[in-house]
Amino acid sequence: MTGLQIALTALAVVIGVWLVVLIVIDRQPNDWLYGSLGLLEIGLVAQLVIGLVRLGGEHPGVNAAAYVGYLVGSLVILPAAFLWSVGERSRAGTGVLLVAVVVVPVLFLRLHQLWSA
Amino acid sequence: MSEHIPSTRRGLGRILVFVYGLFALSATARALVQLATQASDAPAAYSLSLFSGIVYIVATWALATNRRRVALVTICVELTGVLVIGTLSHPDDIDHASVWSDYGNGYGFVPLVLPFVGLWWLWYVARATGSGTD
Repeated sequence: MTGLQIALTALAVVIGVWLVVLIVIDRQPNDWLYGSLGLLEIGLVAQLVIGLVRLGGEHPGVNAAAYVGYLVGSLVILPAAFLWSVGERSRAGTGVLLVAVVVVPVLFLRLHQLWSA
Repeated sequence: MSEHIPSTRRGLGRILVFVYGLFALSATARALVQLATQASDAPAAYSLSLFSGIVYIVATWALATNRRRVALVTICVELTGVLVIGTLSHPDDIDHASVWSDYGNGYGFVPLVLPFVGLWWLWYVARATGSGTD
């Protein structure tokens, strides 16, 4: 995985643990948490740009369409989770954010697999 | 939290709708990629991905809007799809794969588990409502 992906995975893990704590103590996310999600999203945008630049160079055997699909698709997940979770201020609403934060590193693994194929 | 009318979009349903939405996105995106790269040499894979994408989109919409009968029918189609395709597909045939291939092995077997959770959730909400209809 790239350095950016490792850093973003670490951020996703921190946010994930934070969300678990919030669910357990039944508290709603605060602005710091939403800010961290925003930071993660900015990282995903940076990854899209870097990924597209990488695709411009030598990349034998890489399924470019699938790679771009994962890069672009990853941008949708956090905003969608945010909008869907604020519709219900409950533990389950916070759980939606947790699912989204778990999915992001899985997408990194997919991107890594596609790149090393 | 003032109202407690049972709905497929509330509580655990909130999370379930989001997971269905993720698979709607995955399956549809996969269909688009297959359309772009291999529409001519693997029309079956493309059609299957598109079909599964539509099934997930309808299931997401039905669960998000508490349309229980539509959700029930769609999730039964989904369950049939993952069982039939899972049985017929070849695990090594990655280039021609869909979300349902090899029982959803490429997606942590979530596609296999999801319809069972969906059916359980519909049953649970129907029981809480006191009747199985809208």
